[in-house]
Formats: sequence, C-alpha cells, structure tokens
Amino acid sequence: MPISFDLNPGSVSGQKEMHEIAVTHMRPWSRKYDVHEHEMPWEFVNPMWARATGKGVKLDGSPGDGMVTVCVQTEELCWGDAGLYLRSPSPLLGGSAVAAAGTPEQREKFLSPFRTGKPKWGAMAITESQAGSDAANIQTTAVLDEKTNEWVLNGTKIFCTAGDAALTHEGGFVVIWATLDKSAGRGGIKSFVVTAGTPGIKVVGCEKKLGIRASDTATLVLENCRVPYNHLLGKAEVKKADDSKGDKGFKGAMATFDASRPIVAAMAVGVGRAALDFVKEELTRQGVKIRYDSPPTQQTAIERDVIDMEAELQAARLLTWRAAKMIDRGQRNNLEASMAKAKAGLAVTKITQKAVELLGPPGYSQKLLVEKWMRDAKINDIYEGTQQINQLIVARRILDYSSSVLR
Amino acid sequence: MIDFQPTDEQQLVIDTVRNFAANEIRPKARECDESKKLPEKVIEQAHELGLVANALPESAGGGGERSAVTGVLVAEELAVGDLGIALAILSPALCAFPIAEFGTGEQKEGLSRFVGTRFVPGSLAWVEPRFDSDPFRPKTTARRDGGDYVLDGAKCFVPWIDGADPVLVVAAENGTPQAFLVPRNAAGLTAEPERNMGVLALPTAELKLNGVRVPAAAKLGGDNGADLRRVLNQGRVALAAMAVGVARAAFEVARDYAKERQVFGAPVATKQAIAFKLADMAIEIDAARLLAWEAAWKLDRGEDATREALLAKRQSQRIALDVADGAVQVFGGHGYIRDYLPEMHLRNARGFASFEALALV
Repeated sequence: MPISFDLNPGSVSGQKEMHEIAVTHMRPWSRKYDVHEHEMPWEFVNPMWARATGKGVKLDGSPGDGMVTVCVQTEELCWGDAGLYLRSPSPLLGGSAVAAAGTPEQREKFLSPFRTGKPKWGAMAITESQAGSDAANIQTTAVLDEKTNEWVLNGTKIFCTAGDAALTHEGGFVVIWATLDKSAGRGGIKSFVVTAGTPGIKVVGCEKKLGIRASDTATLVLENCRVPYNHLLGKAEVKKADDSKGDKGFKGAMATFDASRPIVAAMAVGVGRAALDFVKEELTRQGVKIRYDSPPTQQTAIERDVIDMEAELQAARLLTWRAAKMIDRGQRNNLEASMAKAKAGLAVTKITQKAVELLGPPGYSQKLLVEKWMRDAKINDIYEGTQQINQLIVARRILDYSSSVLR
Repeated sequence: MIDFQPTDEQQLVIDTVRNFAANEIRPKARECDESKKLPEKVIEQAHELGLVANALPESAGGGGERSAVTGVLVAEELAVGDLGIALAILSPALCAFPIAEFGTGEQKEGLSRFVGTRFVPGSLAWVEPRFDSDPFRPKTTARRDGGDYVLDGAKCFVPWIDGADPVLVVAAENGTPQAFLVPRNAAGLTAEPERNMGVLALPTAELKLNGVRVPAAAKLGGDNGADLRRVLNQGRVALAAMAVGVARAAFEVARDYAKERQVFGAPVATKQAIAFKLADMAIEIDAARLLAWEAAWKLDRGEDATREALLAKRQSQRIALDVADGAVQVFGGHGYIRDYLPEMHLRNARGFASFEALALV
C-alpha cells in the first residue's frame, strides 16, 4: 500500500455512525452530566448498549484497518462528549488489557458477556496513591493460596476510570495490577481480572474532577479479595528485574498502553476538534473568514490562531492514525503510540484553552460547552501516561537508552 | 486505504538519497556555507541520480514518474544533507515542472535540456522584496502590449545558478499570477547577487524588472496561462518537506552530541532536561512530516491543496526553527560556534517563513 490518507469505507461509515450518536445521544446531555457528576447517564448508555449488543445499528468495519477505525470512531464520540464516552457500556481499558495479555479462553470468558444482557463496564486499575507514573512501585499484593488455587489480592487503587460502573453492574470486571514479589520490582507486577460481585473488593468513593465529570473515577479497596487462578493475565513466573531483560511480564502489561495510547490520543483529538469546530462556526456566524491564501502580514491574529490550531490538531490526528495503523499491520508501535499521546494531549490542551480565549466572554460562560471542553481536554495530557512519561518513553527510544540509564 | 508506508520503490529512493546526503552532501555543507559556493561535483553526481529527470514526461526523455509524495520524500532527505545544496540539486524542477505541467508544445521542447548528461539548473522568481510579499498576489505586473508582454517589478530569493536560463518570472496579469520565461540577458532585467542569513551555498539574486519585454509566446501555457496556485502549493509542500529535513539534520546532530558530551560524569542526554527536549523534537518532526505527506498526497490527486499546503508549511517552518534553536541549545556554547553545524541549521531554518517556491514537488 502506498502512502495514503484515504480512510477506508469501513472507517468512514463508522465515523458517520458515531457522529450521529454524538449528535443525538451525547451533546444534548453534555451539560447535564457535567453538573450531575457521577450519575449514570442512561440517556446515553441505553442506546449505546443497544447498539453494542446488536439491537441497534451494526458496525461495518472492514477488516485490516481495525485500530484506525477505532481511533476514527473514538474521535467522533469524544467530539460528542469525552466524559460520556468514558461511560460507554463497554470493556474499555479492561478490555484492552484482556485483549492484549489474555488467552483466547480469557477473552471469551471476560469479553463475551459484553454482547448480551444488561449494560456492563470494564475497567483497569493501576494507579495507587504512591504509584501513578511510577507503575513499578505498585504496593497492591497478590498471593497464591495453593490450597484453593486462588489469588488473594490486597491493596488500594485510585483513579480507576469506570471502576464504579464496572463493579456495580453484573458481568463487569476490573483488571487489577498487583505485585507477586515486591523485591522483583517491575518483574513481579501482574494483572488480575476481578469480576463484579467478587467479595473483598469495594468502591469507597469517586473523585470530584476538573472535567470529564460524567466519568466515574473510583477508589477501590481490596481486602483479601480472592480470584480464581485463571484470572491472571499472562504468566505467573516472576523474573528478577535487572531492568533491561527480566521484566517481560511488566513489559507485557505495559504493552497494553501501546494499544490504548492511540485511542486516548484519538479521544484528545475529538475534544480538540469539538472546540475548534465551534470556534470556526462561530467565526462564520460573525462573518469572520479564515483566508488560507493571504500572507501573514494580512492575516488577523484570529486567523493565525485558527490556522495554527488546525495544523496542531491535524498533526496530532496523523500521529494517532499512524500509531493505530501500525497495530493493524502488526508492527510494534511503542514509540509512535507515545508520540501520538504526548502530542495529542498537549495540543488539545492548548487548542481548547485558545478556543475559550478566542470566543471572548461567552467562551468562559457555561452557556456554551467550550469551557467544559477545555476542562475535559486537560485529562488527556495526564492519564494513560502523563505528557512527561510519554516524553520519557520517546526519549529512551530515540536515544536507545534503557530505563536504568535514562530515569 | 490509509497507510503511512512508502512503496518499496519509494523506499529505495529514500535509501539512495539518504546515503547520498550523508556521504556526499553533509561533508560539504560547512565548507560550502563558508565559501558560498556550490560543490559542482556533488551537484553533477546528484544529477546522475535522476531525481528531477525521473519526474519529467517520457516525451521529454524523462521517467514519467512525477509524484508529489515521492517528491517530498526526496526533498526531505536531500535537505538533511544541506539545504542550500539540496535546493540547487532540485533547481531544474523550478523551471521544468511548471513547463511540463502547463507549458505549450513549444515550451515543452525546452524540457529535454534538463534530462541530458550534464546538470542544467532552473530558476523561478516568485517572492518579492517587501515586508508584505504575497505569493498569491504579486506586485510585479505583466502587461500585454501588442504581441509582447511587458514586465515590471522586483523579485528576491531567486536561485541564480550559472546556466539557469531562461528564468521563470511570476507576475500578475490583470491581477492573476502568471509565469513568463525571461532570458537572463533581457533588456531591463538586472540581477543583484544576494547575501542572506543562511542557505549560503546557493547563489540567489534580487531581480529588478524594468519594462522587460518578452514575446506573448513566453507566457507559460500560452494564451491559456497556467494554474500558478497549484505551482505555489507544490512549492509550499516541497519547502515543508525540506524544513522537516533541516529539522531532522539539527535533531540528529544534537542527539548524537548529547550522547557523547559528558557532564557530571554521564552523557548530557541522560538528563531529562535534554532528553525531553530531544523527544519533543522527534515528535514534532514526525508530525510535521505527516502533514507534508498529506498535502503531497492531495496534490497527487489533483485536488486543491491550498489549505493543506499552508498548514504543512507553517507547521514545518515553525518546528524547524524550534528544533534548530533547540539543537544550538543542546550544544551549549559549541552550538554558537561555526565549527559545528547547529548554528547553520538555525540560520537555514529561519528562512522558510520567508521562502516560497524555492523548490517544487
């Protein structure tokens, strides 16, 4: 295939479908669930679930362009509303973890419930109060009870997106990162699936946030939470970390990010585009035209700002699609995924801030959604690896440094 | 279907040009910048690669494989070697591409000179020496007078390599930009050699056109004229790719230096302040490259790429400047010294905001 920027028909139809959902089932409820933080947005959830379970419209994603299509659709939904998107009744990041590190049996077991019954959610819990970016510092423990062949989990997880929804609706699950052996460092860290209704895990609260308020961000406490042996994703073997080789398990878990970062980048692009589209529409209403063929000396400050915003947004989008396309090609995209995430997170943070500025006083008002988009956008520069963590990953790759050399 | 991988053929071209840039161009970059002279042997060697000739029509003896996407791949790689030398190598296209695309039968006869065994440079005069230079609306005018056109105005950044004759001059005819083939020795045409901040290896001139008279047949495309907007967009995409190339050159030397340079007992690249700067450079370079590719792809589809070309050029000229400035900073004091390349990259990168149509894809 030569270099091409033509989305395939599957991506285009998926894009249209998601745009329709965004307009019909998301935008009308954007402000409501920004104000009513943590409430379940059934007006959005029900039609999404109906669609996901085949009662609604079916997806026509043609094979071979899977992740690009996912990114295109994600952008569209987050153009609708990023907070509501994160309440999509779906396996979300938990699903990415199971898909990336699980066996075919595990995929069937944990993901197939998402095709039937009532709405359900998946989630992934990595972060702890002392271990966010420093994921190797996880304190939650997993111990094998050899008598019952069960894993016993203990610890506290914070910032778990959709954790509340996942654990309070039957069929949902949370992927918990825990260590089998703290002395092994990152080599001891494994991920475990805890399904809704499992004794010993509870949601003790949800965070009040700057943005994406429709999304529940849960604190989970695990107290002797027992899960069957086969809920471990990947191998139980612990390799002592010498940082460069002995951490394949951890690397496997981190590989989830290679798949999820392009999606988060696409989410960012969606929020950024919402703001940019609105600014351009408003300028058109006000009779301000963006002249792409005038010299810098004649462009207004607004024209320049808008052109720069467009360039930054498209730059972020193309990096995102490239990282996604590599997944579809079966290529390792660790570097490119972090590039996309770093670029998109920061670009839309700036784009949405500029959008509020360009709209003057109304931009700051809650009568419009632009101020909300600015608040929503910022999370993309933080979660799924902060800007700085992604810079660190990119830096290690381009410099060919291990994590022990470039810390 | 969406894809970001060059074809096998294009990859071969990339590899060839990359090696040529590294082995032949880069070693001459500093010397040519200092002497303000082109490396003639290198230019001839590059000509043998057929980078421009491959894109010219078969009827003119070319390869018939014009592609803006291939063009940006080549332009970036050459510019990694050196911007001034790269512009010289690609200069035949300045004249040949517009003629191939829009020229009359008679004008196209002149194309064969670009596919011979010897390098023949080209020249295109577009930018004007004033602060509000507007490539879509040149102040230089072409007025029809009987069987002639009369050209008046001024041009700058005109590649002025010996042998580039005639020069293609852009002038507004009734407000619409058109191009005219003007012999170098035309009466009323004066060329003053320029001294600019960067791109010193490439000879350029400021032209004054004072009642320059050319026959009507000298107008590109004859009575039909030519779509100069498209040519300008081809220029913007080419320059975007070359800005990416300059940025990459600056990034690569900064990266390598940072891994060598010891501070506090370790390479300075092991410090996050430097490592993150390099990471940002790498990200922006890749992003700008994709914008250039997208604009090129749009050109190849024959669509209006005005917006995409503008976005690509603006983004890449900005990041080229940022990256080159960052490279100087990574080198510290040495970055300011002409023994090292970053100061040259910085001077060259600054040019893109002012340049238009100095190369075409």
